Amino acid sequence: MSGQDSYDFDVAVVGAGPAGSVAAHQLAGAGHDVVLIERGSEPGSKNLSGGVLYGRALEAVFPDYLDDAPVERRITRNVVTFLNRGSRVAIDYSDDRLADPTNAVTVLRAKLDPWLAGRAEEAGAMLMPGVRVDAPLLDGSSRVIGVKAGEDELRTRVVVAADGVNSFLARAAGFRPAPEPHQLAVGVKAVVDLPAATIEERFGVAPGLGAAHAIVGDCTLGIGGGGFLYTNRESLSLGVVLRLDDLVKRGLESTEVFEHFLAHPGVAPFLEGGEVSEYGCHLVAEGGQAMMGRLAVDGMVLVGDAAGLTINSGLTVRGMDLAVGSGSVAATVVHDALEAGDTSLAALGRYEQALRDSWVGQDMATYAKAPAFLEEPRMYDGYGTLLADVLHGVFDLDTRPRRRLWRTALDTVRHSPLRTRDLVSDVWKGVRSL
Amino acid sequence: MKLRAGVRDRLSTVRFVTDDESHIEVNQEVAKATGAAAILVAVCPAKVYSIRPDGSVGCEFAACLECGTCLAVAPEGSLTWHYPRGGFGVEYRQG
Repeated sequence: MSGQDSYDFDVAVVGAGPAGSVAAHQLAGAGHDVVLIERGSEPGSKNLSGGVLYGRALEAVFPDYLDDAPVERRITRNVVTFLNRGSRVAIDYSDDRLADPTNAVTVLRAKLDPWLAGRAEEAGAMLMPGVRVDAPLLDGSSRVIGVKAGEDELRTRVVVAADGVNSFLARAAGFRPAPEPHQLAVGVKAVVDLPAATIEERFGVAPGLGAAHAIVGDCTLGIGGGGFLYTNRESLSLGVVLRLDDLVKRGLESTEVFEHFLAHPGVAPFLEGGEVSEYGCHLVAEGGQAMMGRLAVDGMVLVGDAAGLTINSGLTVRGMDLAVGSGSVAATVVHDALEAGDTSLAALGRYEQALRDSWVGQDMATYAKAPAFLEEPRMYDGYGTLLADVLHGVFDLDTRPRRRLWRTALDTVRHSPLRTRDLVSDVWKGVRSL
Repeated sequence: MKLRAGVRDRLSTVRFVTDDESHIEVNQEVAKATGAAAILVAVCPAKVYSIRPDGSVGCEFAACLECGTCLAVAPEGSLTWHYPRGGFGVEYRQG
């Protein structure tokens, strides 16, 4: 194309979530002309997440975020529960070390995202809210030279696609195929208001501190996925995440599963007396590394959910930290490309390697096999019941002579509908995947 | 709003800025041929979709929470779905 003057901005960042706002902040801070385009009338108004942010990546960008950003509670208690019909088995992990340094916080995106975008603005980025970007603007050789929004075209040297899990930018022009239903899950959520003291009492946490519960099994009626229950300052974030292939296969309604979760005897006591202050839903990328396609094309890079960067390790569910990390890595590569005056694929393509070398890419690789492992239906039905049956054999002292734990466990496995071969194979796969 | 209410009540907690044009379009012929109606009705957490007495798919786009689940599972060709125009649609106050 022609000379420098034909560009409206150096960079258009599409989407003011954590990935986009961090990228915009870093690039504007480095002196580039950045426009941060957001389809919501203000940042965060379209965004929703379960709510646990592993914040160390954000702290690297904004060292004061814990004091300054609107975060809810610092998570020091993590509970993973197999919730069966009539029984439950949990791992309940509390640790003072999770508060110092603070590892994870709960957030509400309609509050956090405006703060993040504000930081990008302070660094010099121009926020353009209420604008839906429809497609990348392409030149004759399929190079991205900006974005199209309705009748308007904005010409930029680089586009950073931070437009979320449905990324229409990534799909346009066939940069990436639409994800398969087994690579996606729908999160159905409610925010339930409760007084702070009630939350602290029910969840066993001190003021300012919080708990994150991950729940699998009967709470989703056995559908692949799980439930979550997180503490905010004066509310709970809770809901279910349902893998789309399994949801469709079972023919159940997502709202019906959500209502089952709310009423479940293992969940309901936490919510007693609370009122729903907001309902919502969001799509979750569950495919891990396998659903990541190309992350850079001529003139454009993909970050955050748009790049498919999420990890479900069975214990931790991550997305926002990877969004922040990828936004940061992308900004470094885009900065170098702009400085060198080359924003072709040859230059922007370095982002893929830089991301692979970063903790983001390394974690994606470490957990690459987790999605396939977690697609095994036994995770959502058989194992919770099996664990409860083993423990029932231990605790149910019915005056028959006791046997050692391993013998009780072996007998339980033998009498369960699960095959020993599957159990051994799942344990082995679990060890290698998680 | 009380916990045990239905989805209509839960949706009343959500703020929407409603556009006068729909961002969702159902291709009724393809939907009929592929059985899309039952799938769309089941998956949508906002109950945007319904089955009309004549078997066609009803669509109340104003209640859409913009998650994209319908697009991900709709049989090919049965649904055209994009985000509402900038500034319209759901406006989360908590998220």
